[in-house]
This record gives sequence, structure tokens and C-alpha cells, in this order.
Amino acid sequence: MLFSVLVETRLRPGIADPQGATIERSLPVLGFDGIRRVRVGKAIRFELDAPDAATARTHAGEVCQRFLINPVIEAADITLSVVEAV
Amino acid sequence: MAPRIGVVTFPGSNCELDAVEAIGGLGGQAELLWHGDASLGQVDAVVLPGGFAHGDYLRPGAIARFSPVMDAVREHAAAGGPVIGICNGFQVLTEAGLLPGALQKNRGLKFLCTTTRIRVETTDSALTAEATVGDVLRIPINHFEGSYTCDTDTLAALRADDRVVVRYLDNPNGSVDDIAGVCNDDRNVVGLMPHPERACHKLLGSTDGAVLLRSLLVSAAAVA
Repeated sequence: MLFSVLVETRLRPGIADPQGATIERSLPVLGFDGIRRVRVGKAIRFELDAPDAATARTHAGEVCQRFLINPVIEAADITLSVVEAV
Repeated sequence: MAPRIGVVTFPGSNCELDAVEAIGGLGGQAELLWHGDASLGQVDAVVLPGGFAHGDYLRPGAIARFSPVMDAVREHAAAGGPVIGICNGFQVLTEAGLLPGALQKNRGLKFLCTTTRIRVETTDSALTAEATVGDVLRIPINHFEGSYTCDTDTLAALRADDRVVVRYLDNPNGSVDDIAGVCNDDRNVVGLMPHPERACHKLLGSTDGAVLLRSLLVSAAAVA
């Protein structure tokens, strides 16, 4: 089966996010009020061949932990969807 | 015989020749190593220099840690050989798990290119054996992602084990506990954001980096 994988990385709670802080400070200047707790992450998309969803999720999780994130400062959410069910 | 220091060139490194020049000026025998080589040859110590290894894509050091030479660097470190990471090299060592913590974007999102003052906090490391605790050194920094961060347990361990090697006097980037450089448990692997190789000649405005690189030569000679 072919899966589409979306990895959304984010800084772990408590890790300073200078990009998020800068965006948050800019918002009122532009007239956007009431926005708090801005955090900036990354989105990484790829396709993955695997026999089933559980295997795909495990495989994507390993790629994530070993390479796509730095577990010292980052965490990630993985979203899977089926591209081809064959 | 002069200790042999290997300076690794990754695609995107840009401080490797500065390191070779500075080490040579202090009496070391510096040679360039290529990141794609699986062996370190006959060197006594390794320097991972500054720059933007593999373009810093994904994260600084994230791809460099998988360069073929890194297995040899890991073995060299495990055998007690000195390994120094300067700036981008420090980032590579943290990504490789050879040093604790991580380096993230500077507080205020400023790229910093300036001279800092750092204080030597321990002489028990491959980079500070010839210095004196409390020495204040003027050494340049040149980085965007140099804010040292780690969890509270790691920070407590670094303090308890005297593994903070150098601290900033005027923290320029938001690093936790003013940390500019740390070492591993065995004290032979050291990473720091400031560039000692750029402070080894009067023409460059400071010679304060020389004591650090001399320490590296002494550490290298001890394992030669």
C-alpha cells in the first residue's frame, strides 16, 4: 500500500521559540488582536510504501525520531492517509 | 613529533582552513579530512569546524551526523581521542549525541557576528587543560543557531560534573546558564560556539583563542 505521510514538527513545551515570539509581537502592530501562544514548527510530507497502516506508522515514527526531529527540543505528530490501497 | 590534528571538511564547511592555519601556527600538524571518508587516518585529534555542513538543511548538523566520517569520529571519541566541535561542529556533535543538549535559534532571531568574552570554567577538558579557571578570553562568535538548550536534569548534571567548559560573560544568544561550551563525561569531546581559531593572531584583534588550541595540542600529544 502507498501512504501519504504528514509529519508536523514542533518545539517541545518549555523550549523557547524565538520565531513564534517574534510573530506574536508583530500581530498587534498589524491590527490582529487576541492571538496568543504562537508556536512555529515545520511540516514535512512524503509518500511511503508499506504492507499496512500499522507498519507505515511504525516506519514513519522511526524516521521521525532518528532524523526528522531532534528529540532534545522537538516533538512531532504523524498523520497517515492511503494513496493507493493496492 | 608534532601532534596530528584532523580537520573535517563537510560540504558547506567554511572555517576548516582557519583551523588548519591556527593549529599550524601553534606548532601542530593539521590536515584536512573529507566527510565522505570512513577513516581518520593517523590523526591524534579531530576538529569539526564551523560553517554550514550540508547546507544546515533540516537542522544544523542533522545531516552531517550521518556523514561516513562520523562513525570514525565516534570510535575515536570512545577510545579517548580528543574531538573538538567549533560552532557548526558543536551543532554536529549534539545532533550526533556525542554531546548533550541542542543549539537553537538565537534569542531575538539575530545572526550574531561579534566578539564575546567567555570565562574558562574548568581546566579538566581537552580544550582547556592549558588555561586557568576564571580566565576571560575575547573570542568571536558567528552564528544564528547558537542558543544552547537542554532539559533541567541535563543542566543539573552538567553543573554537578563540572562539564560546562566556558560561559559567556554577556550572554549574547539566550543560552541556558550562559553556556558557551560543554564537554562529555570523559572530557575528551568538547563543543563551543565561539571560534578560537579566529583569535590566534594579533592581526585578528585577539590571541586569546591560542590557549584553547594549545590545550587541544597537549591533549592530542597525550594520546599520540
